[in-house]
Amino acid sequence: MTKWGPFEITRRGLLWGGVSAAGGSVICASGSSLAQSDYSAGHSAHTAASPLLGHGSAHGAMITVGDVDEARNGFETAKLLTEWDTGTVSRLPDGRNLRTFEVEAIDREIEIAPGIMFPAWTYNGRVPGPSLRATEGDRLRIVFRNLGSHPHSMHFHGIHAARMDGVPGAGLIDPGDEFVYEFDARPFGCHLYHCHALPLKRHIQKGMYGLFVIDPDPARHPELTDIARSRLLGTPENAEWQEFAMVMNGFDTNFDNENEVYAVNTVAHAYMKRPIRIVRDRPVRIYLANIVEFDPINSFHLHGNFFDYFDQGTTLAPTLKTVDLITQCQAQRGIIEFSFKDHEPGLYMFHPHQSEFTELGWSGMFDVVEAIA
Amino acid sequence: MNEVSRITAADQTAGPARKSRAALLWLILPMAALGLAIVWLVVTNPLQRFGNGAPPVETLTFERTILSDDGIRVLVRAGGSEPMTIAQVQVDDAYWQFTQDPPGPISRGSTAWIHLPFPWVLGEAHAINIVTNTGATFEHEIAVAVPTPAHNATSLLSQALLGVFVGFVPVTIGMMFYPALRGVGRDGMDFLLALTVGLLAFLLVDATAEAFELAGEAAAIFQGQAMVWLAAAASFLLLMAVGRRQGAPSGVALATFIALGIGLHNLGEGLAIGAAFAAGAAGLGSFLVLGFMAHNITEGIGISAPLLKKRPALWIFAALALLAGGPAVVGLWIGSLAYAPQWSALALAVGAGAILQVIVEVAAYLMRSDGRGTTALLAPATIAGLTTGVAFMYGTAMLVKV
Repeated sequence: MTKWGPFEITRRGLLWGGVSAAGGSVICASGSSLAQSDYSAGHSAHTAASPLLGHGSAHGAMITVGDVDEARNGFETAKLLTEWDTGTVSRLPDGRNLRTFEVEAIDREIEIAPGIMFPAWTYNGRVPGPSLRATEGDRLRIVFRNLGSHPHSMHFHGIHAARMDGVPGAGLIDPGDEFVYEFDARPFGCHLYHCHALPLKRHIQKGMYGLFVIDPDPARHPELTDIARSRLLGTPENAEWQEFAMVMNGFDTNFDNENEVYAVNTVAHAYMKRPIRIVRDRPVRIYLANIVEFDPINSFHLHGNFFDYFDQGTTLAPTLKTVDLITQCQAQRGIIEFSFKDHEPGLYMFHPHQSEFTELGWSGMFDVVEAIA
Repeated sequence: MNEVSRITAADQTAGPARKSRAALLWLILPMAALGLAIVWLVVTNPLQRFGNGAPPVETLTFERTILSDDGIRVLVRAGGSEPMTIAQVQVDDAYWQFTQDPPGPISRGSTAWIHLPFPWVLGEAHAINIVTNTGATFEHEIAVAVPTPAHNATSLLSQALLGVFVGFVPVTIGMMFYPALRGVGRDGMDFLLALTVGLLAFLLVDATAEAFELAGEAAAIFQGQAMVWLAAAASFLLLMAVGRRQGAPSGVALATFIALGIGLHNLGEGLAIGAAFAAGAAGLGSFLVLGFMAHNITEGIGISAPLLKKRPALWIFAALALLAGGPAVVGLWIGSLAYAPQWSALALAVGAGAILQVIVEVAAYLMRSDGRGTTALLAPATIAGLTTGVAFMYGTAMLVKV
């Protein structure tokens, strides 16, 4: 570019004055002295020298900078994977379990990517809200208190009476109020709950959603008892599994109806920077839900492996076998099962196959190890 | 009120020493009142009750973009109501590693360099999106990615050469018409002076419009519109005052003012070309340079017009050509080394003010030179000269606009 002698006139090569002064809004000469290959070489050299050590470097320089202050957030992204809220259990006169959950709506500013604060509306101070887990046939009682600044509700995907629906007029409560949702836990599966106050988009996008998992009761599924028992939290069969709760979400920070941050469990690149450790020969089960706003479809893709998928989790036999990618529309969810037992240890990436979501924070890694020390 | 009049009355009867002490008191008192008001404002913070929890207003202006083989660098200027914190940077909808220099929050009006080790693609578009801690985003588009030229002796020399070609050379060529123009009569003289006014009028409009455009791109803190108006008015008044110290200028003095006005305009043009270099946008076609030459030849004729009745030494012509054309070189260098839209706008605004001063002086000279006064302004030769000047500038400007 230093020589300007042998000019060639290009499409946009002649913008002038103010336009060219706009800095970058311009032009180009053909015959650049800088060859593309030179640049690429320079870049790979940079990547190699990247200050990012360890796992993050698998993403090269394409990653958020810094770390989220989890103490300030009040929840740890790593723990969101395995923390289940099973409520308090008591016995009803008819012998059934009564499972009582307590949930509070709280306004809280959370850090969704290093340095990016988001004024969220939360259930129990975290996004996603607590992963509620019950057993098929339980009587559920969810005591919901609204400590937030707007009317809120809990709308459960499941089977319940209209009165318990969590829509305006049926369990939607004002700030300071309390409501008790009561219904039976059915059908078994991987479900979702979210606020159904209006405007719906805003309440969901602000962070009011969570997993609602109902484990199958083995007694009700005599032909597939073993499978049902492996799903039922607390059984020895279930303990063999490595189970993770993953809620695919996104955040519009500048109110343009597009998400600036995409993630699974809220914090961009959290599991990229701190991979999820799994033991090689124990099977993995993921309870996955898509609650991303503004983009209708999300997906889950696993590297180096294939998995079985149980759409909505309402069946004990897979609805899709041996796939490495599933898509979920908004509020769609399901169970993913796979194993790395025939693999060599190492880092295996998982992410949606919408590249944009991946690059804006929704990507992570499994760190497959022989055994957890 | 009563007290005030009593003090004033007492003052009048007091001696001169007491009077000056009282004057001092009246200087200190309002200052003290101001100090108290500030203390009160800081201590009680009455603005607090207006606070409604809204996040601070943030603005971020992109001033420079440099593309090189270690990635992209952008210079940003913060204009928020509070210091701004850049949390993350996206390039083409992907979070990208970056470093900020200096790090930390950017206070109002300050700048910081953001360095992104991003593998940009030659000739393609890229979008940079800066996300602040409040989640606000500021986007900057790189329409066509080309490497920003590195600065060295060769590139500065090339730029100087370009500056000479668009500034100095055409002015000199225009001046070479001088001998041919010497023989013109009264009408010819009117025509040439009016031609000068016409070309200056075009440059005035051009420079003003460009200054406003650049001012619009500058950070809000510089108050671009007001800055352009004020700078233009100040330079106009200053030059009028300087020019009229020994009566209305004519001859070499007037030619010098014309050259100065044109020189300031060429400085602005140089800044723009230099900025294009800095933006990696230096695809200047040879016909563009030719266009500029044709465009600027008229400037040389304009500068010589007041000299037709004199016979100045050759070095005066050389000096005038340098004054009018040389700033293009300086502008090119400044523009490519340290470009920011507000400084280019300021240079163009000063140039516009200078041009206006020259228009006034040339018009006055035109009225004076043949003794006809205002009627000379409406003479056919004058109107023809004006029209030709504007039309020629407009026509040749087409060659350099796309």
